[in-house]
Amino acid sequence: MNFHPEKLPQERLAALAEDAKRRLAAKRRADLPRIIIGMATCGLAAGASETRAAFEQALAEQNLEALIIPVGCLGHCYAEPLVVIENPGFPPIAYHSVTPGKAKALVKSFLAEGDPLFEYVLAALEENDLLPSIADFPRFYLEQRVVMEKCGSIDPADLKEYLSRGGYAGLVRVLGLPPGEIVGVLSESGLRGRGGAGFPTGAKWELARKVEGSKKTVICNADEGDPGAYMDRTLLESNPHQLLEGLAICAYSVGAADAVVYVRAEYPLAVKTISRAIAQAEQANLLGKGILGANFDLEVKVFQGSGAFVCGEETALIESLEGKRGMPRFRPPYPVEHGLWGRPTVINNVKTLSTVPAIIEKGAQWFRTIGTPNSPGTAIFSVVGNVTRPGLVEIPMGTTLRTLIFEICGGIPRQKQFKAVQIGGPSGGCLPESLLDTPVDFDSLTRAGAMMGSGGLVVMDEESCMVNVARYFLDFTQNESCGKCTFCRIGTRHLLNILDRITKGEGREGDLELLETLGRDIKEGALCGLGKTAPNPILTSLKYFRSEYEAHIREKRCPSMMCRALTAYYIDPDKCARGCEACVGCCPVDAIFTAKGRKKAIDQGLCVKCGECVVSCPPEYDAVKRVSPAHLAPVVERPK
Amino acid sequence: MVRLTVDEKEIEAEEGQNLLQVCLENGITVPHLCFLEGMENSPASCRLCFVEIEGMDCPVPSCQTVVHDGMVVNTQSPAVRHLQRSALQLLLSAHRVDCSDCPANKRCALQQLAKLLGIPLKVKHLESLAGEVDTRMGHPLLAYDAGRCVLCGRCLYACAKHQEHPLLTFVRRGFSTRVDFKGKTDPAELPCLACLACVEICPVSALGFAGKTLGAA
Ligand SMILES: Cc1cc2nc3c(=O)[nH]c(=O)nc-3n(C[C@H](O)[C@H](O)[C@H](O)COP(=O)(O)O)c2cc1C
Repeated sequence: MNFHPEKLPQERLAALAEDAKRRLAAKRRADLPRIIIGMATCGLAAGASETRAAFEQALAEQNLEALIIPVGCLGHCYAEPLVVIENPGFPPIAYHSVTPGKAKALVKSFLAEGDPLFEYVLAALEENDLLPSIADFPRFYLEQRVVMEKCGSIDPADLKEYLSRGGYAGLVRVLGLPPGEIVGVLSESGLRGRGGAGFPTGAKWELARKVEGSKKTVICNADEGDPGAYMDRTLLESNPHQLLEGLAICAYSVGAADAVVYVRAEYPLAVKTISRAIAQAEQANLLGKGILGANFDLEVKVFQGSGAFVCGEETALIESLEGKRGMPRFRPPYPVEHGLWGRPTVINNVKTLSTVPAIIEKGAQWFRTIGTPNSPGTAIFSVVGNVTRPGLVEIPMGTTLRTLIFEICGGIPRQKQFKAVQIGGPSGGCLPESLLDTPVDFDSLTRAGAMMGSGGLVVMDEESCMVNVARYFLDFTQNESCGKCTFCRIGTRHLLNILDRITKGEGREGDLELLETLGRDIKEGALCGLGKTAPNPILTSLKYFRSEYEAHIREKRCPSMMCRALTAYYIDPDKCARGCEACVGCCPVDAIFTAKGRKKAIDQGLCVKCGECVVSCPPEYDAVKRVSPAHLAPVVERPK
Repeated sequence: MVRLTVDEKEIEAEEGQNLLQVCLENGITVPHLCFLEGMENSPASCRLCFVEIEGMDCPVPSCQTVVHDGMVVNTQSPAVRHLQRSALQLLLSAHRVDCSDCPANKRCALQQLAKLLGIPLKVKHLESLAGEVDTRMGHPLLAYDAGRCVLCGRCLYACAKHQEHPLLTFVRRGFSTRVDFKGKTDPAELPCLACLACVEICPVSALGFAGKTLGAA
């Protein structure tokens, strides 16, 4: 691009933005309908590619013209594939679960004939007289989008979109300011790291800015290893330039000329999207040498990690970047003093960096109006498990768990009771019903025994066995332990083995005390955050659901009837319909036989407790019962 | 020079030294496995060298603590001993305790630590996780016994010190972590024959000459 060297950065950006708007307008005729399809990983998994193909085909068949615009993710996983249609004369309308069939119907009825097909509508995006709008739904109006504001409404592959919506204005603003002042704004804003620990971002940057050393590095941590967490992936896939802008602001503030985005290789689309964004930004002189004519260079590289949970820990991440085995180092020294290749290094999470442009643009005071005094801003959660409307939710810090789970995410499906919520990933804690009024912020969650972690939130209903849940998470952490330190390597294996025994009905007196003392020792003795937090799911579930553990050990009973070894199925002869064979055919091990009176019965010696017979038994009979402890199932002899 | 107090004894040390080194130089016993005297950056992985320092709310590993003037250290507080015993019991629970068959018998670091910390070699409250004897390692001449290894990493350190390109490494993860050999297996090309520093430095005889030094294995 032919800029004049004497132009100021803001003039250059203004020119870029103008150019972007002009070209977008040329590319997208205003009189054409727009079909906006969420095509991040979650949308693609739900079939967005097929949906897109169906739209294209239907348009061709109907001989209609419309613009198909792929965007990132809106966060409404329950509604994927999600499509927004902007048809001139109508408000923009979001449609949920748009299968290829629905896509064809929408083209035919809505685009060709003007009937918006109310039955497929999720909500209109603007208030109008025709349809309920998102302002009427708590899943939308209780959210507050700061970081995810543009997610799902811009094409992540097109820098022009981000530019035309005011992108990179934050970067331009800081280029005219002394770095100390920018760090001051961050400190004043109270932003805390969204990677888990909640360390004040301003303080981290200030340390890095002050530390001696000509070569400094900034790393964006997009390892995101928590099972069930995918907000970092979504941000990379939906709005990569926002992250790059935050990264550049950070680098400028601390005096770094190198940056790395550390993404796990299991996120191929995120890798592709961020890599393309970097190339585009370099081409537009928003990254690279002499950024926008200012005296500031920044080279950004993408590094693909191989997906070990522990590599999200900052010192292990650095080891891995240096080509070594991803094992955490003792801290201090912290990376701000001694990081990548021994250089001063700032490591921040994707969400942390993606929040920065908004703070720079709208100011620290504005940021502090959102959230709580000690945890300003918003939190992004991936709410999964037994909830009606799972997905990504961005809420002001301080919103209660109850509001989040019941109002925003629609509560527990199938009229089941809420039992527990696991917050903070595998190293978080399980909180019971009585703590549902806990506000979501760093300190309140820690006080309750859980933690913010990376924002994974798993909701469990009454059918979840807490011992089994703890076992699941321990299985994960002990597998992901790097094996370096004694407590984590051997201690978590013992914890897992004890839980294993308990769920198999082999629990012993003294097991719970052992879990507690060993768990506490591991927390105190382990080298890094993985080991130090690994016992949390056990310790919290022991605290809040102790009687469930006791039932497993003393009565060999699983109160939620989830642990197979402790349960058994039987067929109630009073309910079983004479001559019905529904269950027989579906039993994979031929354990069901015909007993007295042509009723069915289960051979307990053969049964593998898969539960297929429950599913196959016609609901009007509802004859298959599950009991715990297993000996409660009546034994019926198989006729010879 | 800095002055500090360790177990009520006044000692002097050079600025920048690590606390464990200072204790050892002054004849103060602090249990440790992964640290070796003169080591620049201890891995802090064995979790044995904990001490309590006035003003800090929980025990810290002394191998990663830099001494400073006026530091007051307790190497034997109940909290310290509790953590050390817990760590040693974990190590013992994953170690095949067959001392009479073991070449390290009587000079074994685990035996010495158990004596120091006053715990038996058999850990009652933890089930034994020690695997079967498994001496396979890619190395043509070394034998490795994962059932004895405490993963202190001394052999890796020694190897890195004596070889231009270190040949030993950790492999796998979690409880399956073990020491392995990376490099050419052709004995003629092995640079490490004359060295055997790794065998020498192993505190529990988990490494030895294949078939010779590993006792019954
Ligand atoms: C076991 C473990 C896993 C972690 N995984 C991640 C991760 O996936 N992403 C992340 O941003 N931080 C992760 N962290 C936290 C990082 O160590 C570090 O605190 C964070 O990247 C700092 O960024 P922030 O200040 O923006 O939060 C992990 C920590 C531990 C102990």
